[in-house]
Amino acid sequence: MTTTNNLQRRQILQSAAALSLLGLAGCATTSMPSKAKVVIVGGGFGGATAAKYIRLLSQYKIDVVLIEPNASFISCPVSNMVLGGHKSMADITSSYEHLSKKHGVTMVKDMVSKIDAAKKTVTLASGGSIAYDKLVVSPGIDLMMGSIEGLAAANASGQIVQAWKAGAETATLRKQLEAMPDGGTYAITIPVAPYRCPPGPYERASQIASYFKVAKPKSKILILDGNPDVTSKGPLFKKVWANQYKGMIEYRGDHKVTAVDAKTGTIKFEIQEDAKATVINALPNMRAGLIAVNSGLNNMANGRWCGVNYLTFESTAAKDVHVLGDSIQIAPGMPKSGHMANAQAKVAAAAIVAQLNGWEVNPNPMLTNTCYSMVDAKNCIHVASVHEYVAAEKTFKTVAGSGGVSSIDLKPEVTMLEGAYAESWAQNIWADTLA
Amino acid sequence: MLNKRIKIQLATILVAGLAAFAGVTASAQSKDELYVAGVSATCATCHGTQGRATNGSAVVTLAGMPAANIILQMKAFKDGTRPATVMHQLSKGYSDAQVAMIANYFAAQKK
Repeated sequence: MTTTNNLQRRQILQSAAALSLLGLAGCATTSMPSKAKVVIVGGGFGGATAAKYIRLLSQYKIDVVLIEPNASFISCPVSNMVLGGHKSMADITSSYEHLSKKHGVTMVKDMVSKIDAAKKTVTLASGGSIAYDKLVVSPGIDLMMGSIEGLAAANASGQIVQAWKAGAETATLRKQLEAMPDGGTYAITIPVAPYRCPPGPYERASQIASYFKVAKPKSKILILDGNPDVTSKGPLFKKVWANQYKGMIEYRGDHKVTAVDAKTGTIKFEIQEDAKATVINALPNMRAGLIAVNSGLNNMANGRWCGVNYLTFESTAAKDVHVLGDSIQIAPGMPKSGHMANAQAKVAAAAIVAQLNGWEVNPNPMLTNTCYSMVDAKNCIHVASVHEYVAAEKTFKTVAGSGGVSSIDLKPEVTMLEGAYAESWAQNIWADTLA
Repeated sequence: MLNKRIKIQLATILVAGLAAFAGVTASAQSKDELYVAGVSATCATCHGTQGRATNGSAVVTLAGMPAANIILQMKAFKDGTRPATVMHQLSKGYSDAQVAMIANYFAAQKK
C-alpha cells in the first residue's frame, strides 16, 4: 500500500505543478483565477468538505476554488463549551491552510455578492468574477432578525447576541455571562423548527448551568421554546436537568417570542405574559444563507429554504448549482447539523465528480449523523441516524431499525465514555473537513 | 477478487497519473470505485478521512484493518454481542453487502 501512497503523493505534486502552471496555486487571495471547474461558496462543514472531497475523489484532477470571507474556521459544534467555560475560542478554531497546501484547493478570502446561474459565473464583493462548470453553495443560515421586534437594534448595540454562528458573538456571550451578577437570569429563546442544530439550545442551557452551578449558584436559566416541547433528546435533557441542575433550569414550551427590550430585559410572547432576564440570548427564525436567498435558490417553505435533488444536492431552481448544509429544505428526519452538512458534501462531491466525468451518479448514496451534546465538562448524550436514498420517493429516509439516542439510564461511566467519543468526534470531523 | 480490483485500480491510477503529467485530464477512477469511496466516506466523519483517525483518537482507525475483522465487529454491533454507545445504532443502517464493501475499502487503505 506504500505504492498507493507514493502514487497519491506524486499525483498531488503533479496537481500542484499543474495548478502552478495555470496560476491557481499559492495562498488565499494572492491570485484569483478567472475560471474553475468547481467553485464553492462558503467554507463551513458543507463547503470545506465538498472542496476536499472533490479533490480527493477526482484523484486531484478537478480544480476547486473555495470562497470564504473568514480567515479561519470556527466550529459551531463544541462552541457551547466555550460558553460553559470548558473550552477556549482557540480550541474551536482551525486553519484553512491544509485545504490549499495539502489538497490544492484555491482559497479566495472574499464574499460572493452575486451568482449568475445562466452565465455560470460568481461575482465577488471585492470585484471581479469567476466562471464555473459546477457551483456549490453552502452559506449556512441567515438569522431573520426582523422576526423579533427590537432584536436588530439590540444586536447592533451589542446588548443581545445570538452566538448561533460561532465567532465573535460566542466570546461576547461568554463575557455577558461572566459579567452577570449571581442571582441573575440567563434566557434563551428558541424559534419554531426547523432551525440550525436542533439540540443546540438545550446543550447551551446545560453548559451555562454547569458554569452557574460552580460560579453563580443563585442564578437561573430560562428556556423559552417556540416549539411545544424539547425538539431533540427531550427525555435525556430533562433527566439531566432534574438530576444535575435541579431548580436551576426552567423550561417553558410553546413560547413564541414577538419582541425583546434589552434595556428593561423584557421578552414578549404571542400569548403568554412577559418574561424578564439579565442576559437575553434570543434566537430568531432562520432561513437559507443570504447569498442563496438573493440568488433565488430559496424556492421552498415560503422562501425559507432551498430545494435540492437529494441524489446530487443540485438545486431544483438552478442547473449545475448544488446547495448543501443548513440552507436546504431537509428530507424527513434530516437535522440541520455540521455532521449532516459534512455527509451531504460527500454525496454531492461524488455526484459532481461523476457528472464531470460523464458517469451516472451513484443511485444509492448514504448519509449518517451523530449529534453529541455535552451536558457539563465531561458527560455527553447523543442522537444518531443513518439515511438511505429512496429512489421511489426521490428523498432520503432513515433506515428502518437504525439510529437512536443515548440510554435513558444515564450511567456516569457511559456518559463519560460518550464525552470522550464526543471529543474524538470533534477532532475527527474537523480533520475530515479541513485537513 | 478485491485485490485484483485494487491492482487494476492501481494500474489505472498509474496510467492516468502519467496521462495527467502529460497534461491530459482523463479520470483515474472507475465509476464503481467512486461509489465505494463515496459511501465509505460516511464513516470518515468520525473515523477519519480514508479511515485514518486523528492522533490519540478514542474512535479507532479503520485504515488497514483486515476486512474480515471489520465485518465481524459490525455484525457484533448489530446483534448486540459487542456493547457500544453509538455503533449498535449506526451499524443497523448498513446492509451486509454495504458492510462488506466498506470493509474491503478500509482494509485497502494505508494506515
